[in-house]
Amino acid sequence: MRSIFKTSAAALAAATMLSGAAQADLEGTLTIISDMSNPGPRAVMEGLAADFDALHPNLTVDLTIVDREAWKTQIRNALSAEPPDVVNWYAANRMAPYVNSGLFMDISDWWDAGDYAGLESVRGAMTMNDAQWGVPYTYYQWGVYYREDIFNELGLSEPTTWEEELANCQVIVDSGRACYTIGTRFLWTAGGWFDYLNMRTNGFDFHMELARGEVPWTDDRVRQTFANWRQLIDMGAFIEDHQNYSWQEALPFMVNGQATAYLMGNFAVDQLRNAGLTDDQLDFYQFPAITEGLDMGEDAPTDTFHVASGAQNVEAARAFLQFVTSADVQSRINGPDGLGQLPVNANASVADDEFIQQGFEMLSQNATGGIAQFFDRDWPAEMASIGMEGLQEFMVFPDNLDDILDRLESARQRIY
Amino acid sequence: MSTTADAISQMRAEQSWMQRNKMIVTPLLFLLPGVLFFAVYVVIPIFQSFQISLYRWDGLGEATYIGLGNYQELLTDRNFEISLWNNVKWLVLYLLAIPAGLFIALFLNQTVVGIRLYKSLFFFPFVLSQVVVGLVFSWFYLPREGLLNNIITAFGFESVNILGDPTLATYGIIAAGLWPQTAYCMILYLTGLNAVDPEQVEAGRLDGAKGWKMLWYVILPQLKPATFIAFVVTIIGALRSFDLISIMTNGGPFGSTRVLSFYMFERALSEFGFRMGYGSAIAVVLFFIMLFFIAYFLYSMWRDEQEARR
Repeated sequence: MRSIFKTSAAALAAATMLSGAAQADLEGTLTIISDMSNPGPRAVMEGLAADFDALHPNLTVDLTIVDREAWKTQIRNALSAEPPDVVNWYAANRMAPYVNSGLFMDISDWWDAGDYAGLESVRGAMTMNDAQWGVPYTYYQWGVYYREDIFNELGLSEPTTWEEELANCQVIVDSGRACYTIGTRFLWTAGGWFDYLNMRTNGFDFHMELARGEVPWTDDRVRQTFANWRQLIDMGAFIEDHQNYSWQEALPFMVNGQATAYLMGNFAVDQLRNAGLTDDQLDFYQFPAITEGLDMGEDAPTDTFHVASGAQNVEAARAFLQFVTSADVQSRINGPDGLGQLPVNANASVADDEFIQQGFEMLSQNATGGIAQFFDRDWPAEMASIGMEGLQEFMVFPDNLDDILDRLESARQRIY
Repeated sequence: MSTTADAISQMRAEQSWMQRNKMIVTPLLFLLPGVLFFAVYVVIPIFQSFQISLYRWDGLGEATYIGLGNYQELLTDRNFEISLWNNVKWLVLYLLAIPAGLFIALFLNQTVVGIRLYKSLFFFPFVLSQVVVGLVFSWFYLPREGLLNNIITAFGFESVNILGDPTLATYGIIAAGLWPQTAYCMILYLTGLNAVDPEQVEAGRLDGAKGWKMLWYVILPQLKPATFIAFVVTIIGALRSFDLISIMTNGGPFGSTRVLSFYMFERALSEFGFRMGYGSAIAVVLFFIMLFFIAYFLYSMWRDEQEARR
């Protein structure tokens, strides 16, 4: 009761100060729990906290960094008992449990007040139940990262259609390599393949209808997606025993040249470079078109900041969100020295990096179909986990497809 | 006469309530902290699980009462069925640790130079964390690079991907679990063998018993307490087989290696779970399976005590 009163009082205070929030002299403590625990992101987050602290002499920033995987289960406890002011999370359906249970604060007013100039295009990803529940701070493209040197050796070029893709892959398989490396042990990598194949086969809108549970999994269009997938599986496009590997364990296949490409998020680039591949050996292309004439949809998962509804220092939280999304800070934290990803603010500059530039171009010019978050963020959590398990099974035993689709369909009927 | 009675009653009155009842109060006070913690952390949560299993609840919002809905769903849930069968496989195959441990204990129960060192080397796997055991075995099983497949292919057989094959993966994990469990059973039998009465062995020998007969009729009956404990810890170990599964396959491939405890964790507490009611329903089923064994253990202990008193 006390905290509710405090929150509403604080919200009232924030509302009366409105646009002056960032300039106002902030006081007290701002507690942030972040999941940016990998070394690079961690430094970025610590830098952000320190800078914000320095900007506001009377404010102390109390930053806690939690392991990224652990945070996925800890966030519930963190938000319900003695909540911090600001937390990290993900956009789209992943917000649903916290939005529905009222643990994230509705910050639509701040969006409406113009706190986040330059973020109009990403507002949709933060919207749920007609309100906004946080701000994004970074996103990254997905696509095919491939060994340019092997492509050159085999005389291949980046495919843009499914026929070219299959022809390329046949050449690669004939040369004794696998076309794609993948590690499906933790399932989500298979989700990426399904996202792309389904968006290219049936279009972005159909993909989202499926995500919202409006289309049965046994639909013929879904079967067509799997039929296309099966073409690759049957020709031996994927490495063997991928169900044993995590996505990191699948990297050496590409580094050693046993596989030529990887459908992955941009975060793989860092690892591939660290493994010794130069930019001459690596390149990127957009997942090729399958059904002609469909607008390309892309996966571009967005990471976010949210204010807990039990936040004690709402004013400071508001200022921090504005600080993080401002064009300057966005250019800096997403730059090559920071996260090496795409800034969410349209006014921010995009880092001068081969892959980030290509990704930015792809997403801003050739993703007219729409931007999806990712299989495990667009689908409701339970459907995502059952779904990804089915996708993995399909990749190992494609003959089980009917059984898998029946199972997913009965799960769909139960969950939605 | 009346004066002494008066004196006694007066003395009683002078004694405080505490002094009069100390034979009852003292043990109760000593028990209190233990009982309190046991109630708060064990007994009450068990009943809470029963209660939660009747609700649909994501752990945050409102819980909706759905009666036996979760249990009905369990009946048609294929993953639950797989987990249950895997639990049975674990229970049966894990018991192999007992004869294996007995065999090693008999083998090591001799006086050779440095026997203590050999014993401790055999005991070593039990000291390792289950996580380490899981990691070591998953490398051992790796499809191409792993030691196992190097050996198999050296003999001209096809290489197998044990942890990637849904029909073999569970057996692969049980084999990994047997390694430390055998060591545990071995140490139990080694201590048991120390207590074997040499006179009985001598008497048996005079009557012409040797080899298997000696083992079966003279040694084993004396090892009964050790066998009982080995049985108890092995059954409990099989039901707790969570960490190995989590490390070696994470329940995969496509959920074929889950056991009830892992499935419960996945449904209730993992990244995509948070169906508290459903997880609790699984927990309740697991609880009854455990209760069956625990009741049996308690019963046989009680029976032994009765016999000892006679």
